[in-house]
Amino acid sequence: MPEKIHLKIKRQDGPDKPGYWEEFVIPYRPRLNVIACLMDIQKNPVNAAGKKTTPVVWECNCLEEVCGACTMVINGKARQACTALIDKLEQPIILEPLSKFPVIRDLMVDRKAMFEHLKRVRAWIDIDGTYNIGPGPRISEKVREWAYELSRCMTCGCCMEACPQVNPRSGFIGPTAIAQVRRFNAHPTGAGEREARLEALMGPGGIAECGNAQNCEKACPKGLPLIKSLAELHQETTLHGVFGWLKR
Amino acid sequence: MWYYRSFFWRKLHSLTGVIPVGLFLLEHFTVNSFATRGPEAYNRAVAFLQGLPFLLAIEIVFIFLPLALHAGYGLWVVYTGSINVRSYPYFRNWMYLLQRVTGVIVLLFLIYHIYALRLARIFTGAEVSFEQVAAHLASPLVLALYVPGLLAAIFHLSNGLVTWAIGWGIITGPKAQTGASIFGGIIFCALTVVGFSFLLAFI
Repeated sequence: MPEKIHLKIKRQDGPDKPGYWEEFVIPYRPRLNVIACLMDIQKNPVNAAGKKTTPVVWECNCLEEVCGACTMVINGKARQACTALIDKLEQPIILEPLSKFPVIRDLMVDRKAMFEHLKRVRAWIDIDGTYNIGPGPRISEKVREWAYELSRCMTCGCCMEACPQVNPRSGFIGPTAIAQVRRFNAHPTGAGEREARLEALMGPGGIAECGNAQNCEKACPKGLPLIKSLAELHQETTLHGVFGWLKR
Repeated sequence: MWYYRSFFWRKLHSLTGVIPVGLFLLEHFTVNSFATRGPEAYNRAVAFLQGLPFLLAIEIVFIFLPLALHAGYGLWVVYTGSINVRSYPYFRNWMYLLQRVTGVIVLLFLIYHIYALRLARIFTGAEVSFEQVAAHLASPLVLALYVPGLLAAIFHLSNGLVTWAIGWGIITGPKAQTGASIFGGIIFCALTVVGFSFLLAFI
């Protein structure tokens, strides 16, 4: 059993500041997760060289892998720090902020881009207008099964980090927002905006930028059926693109 | 319309890779395979192609333009991609990387191949024949270019067929996609056997 936990953390003092590495060694205790280690550093911000430093900044909230706030790159892969158990990680444990989002400080990033993408593809259901339109139609059990899977997305950004097409050159909106299009299009009330969502996906940075590397589904901590969802939307946007203008 | 331009060009890029560029590669392999039946059979097959009416128009419209479009947009696709197989060493991610690498290799190879065996004819007036191709491949340096060029082209088509079928939404389910990947592997092996058979026939 190791006596120490060795962490190597990519730090950055501010949005426009340069990044640098800082190492930390903390005493071993069984059954810790990465967040507990970060809390230890917060209590005693001294690096491995024994020099006093600033506490490492990170975000976390639910601590049970449903909010996605503590997502960071741990030993090369994007995942949640709360479910990254020290006893199962190879040391030194390397922590980096998600590289696909602007860094605010240390391990804290601004994931607003994903919210903007969700807005762009109309990832919501239009409900009552000026008066109550009553209950909507029921969702069939068959659709409910996979739509529920898609509803478990917590916009953590793991799929964005794993996707080689998500970068400033392509402007790809990534699997997060695209998968929600399939979900809301499948909803009987949400289907009213189906074409608007498909057309948003056919816009700049849309589904056509998908390169089929298919890392997204493997990186997704919630096991969303992303490969199938993207492929189904490839089909729908292709049909809409090929036949849409023939209907005009 | 500008709003859909990336969608339009990407889909066209994907389609032209199969029709007509992929089909042309199969036709090219078929004709070249006559070399395995000896110089005369090959020369007869070439003479038939050379005798096609509207040959230049066919070459430009069905081969050169789609190829130029596929290659041009392909370079843009390479530029907008990135490499992360170290962190995510999965099969499809490797295929994603190899598709881009082989695409660039094929493009460089084709510039040389088309120049040496098609465009040079315009200046020298030499007719295509078994003897000419054999002389071309007699140089070990040229042959060394053809081995990776041929393999890259076969890979790019085999894997491209799979990603085209997914990208156009023809194959959507995970099981069907696995089946398509296996199918792509079989195509790769079969075309490699065919390709090296006729390449060796010229030596």
